Amino acid sequence: MKNRLKVLRAERDWTQAQLASALDVSRQTINAIEKGKFDPSLPLAFRSARLFELSIEDIFQDEATS
Amino acid sequence: MKEQVTESNELTCRISKNTANLALWTGTWLAATALAAFGPKYLWDFNTLPTILGILAHLVIGFGMIAANKRHLNGLDELQQKIQLDAMALALGVGLVVGVSYELLEDIRLISFEPEISHLIMLMALTYIVGIILGNRKYR
Repeated sequence: MKNRLKVLRAERDWTQAQLASALDVSRQTINAIEKGKFDPSLPLAFRSARLFELSIEDIFQDEATS
Repeated sequence: MKEQVTESNELTCRISKNTANLALWTGTWLAATALAAFGPKYLWDFNTLPTILGILAHLVIGFGMIAANKRHLNGLDELQQKIQLDAMALALGVGLVVGVSYELLEDIRLISFEPEISHLIMLMALTYIVGIILGNRKYR
C-alpha cells in the first residue's frame, strides 16, 4: 500500500515525532508507514484522515488499483 | 501541535509505567520461584504447609505477571504489538520444535543426561530476544 503521509506531513512542516504524538503512536511506526514497511490498521488510517482533514483514499492508496 | 506532543508524552508515560509494572511483577515472580524451589530444603525442612503456601504464592504471582504482561502489550502501539507478536511466535515455534527434538535425544540415546525444562526456557527467552531485535531492525 502506498501513502502520502510524508508529503502531507512536510506540507504542514511537522516532524515525525509530532505526527506520531498526534496519532498516539511511536515515531518508529510513522517512519515504518512512510517507508511502506508497515500498513496501518483501519482505526489508525481513520485517525490520520481526521487529522489531515482528508479522506482515507487521499492518504492511502492500494498499489494494485493505483 | 503543542497539545499533540503532550499526547506523545502520555504514550511514552503509559509504556514506561506498564514496563516498570511488568518488571516488578517479573522480579517478584522470580523471587517466588526461588522461594518455592529452595525454601523447602534450606528454610523450612520440607514442612508441607509452607511448601504448599510457597507453591500457591508462586502460582498467584505468576498469574499477576501474566496480567501485567497483557497490560504491557495492550499499551503498545500497533507496530510494537506486531514486533512482539512476531517475536513470541518465533519463540513458541522454536521452543516447540527444538523442545520435542531435544526430548527425543534422550529417548533414542543420543545424549546420556535428562533434558531439563530450564534449557528450553533459556532457548525460548534467547529466541524471543533475537526476534525483538530482528523486528526492530526490520521496521527501523
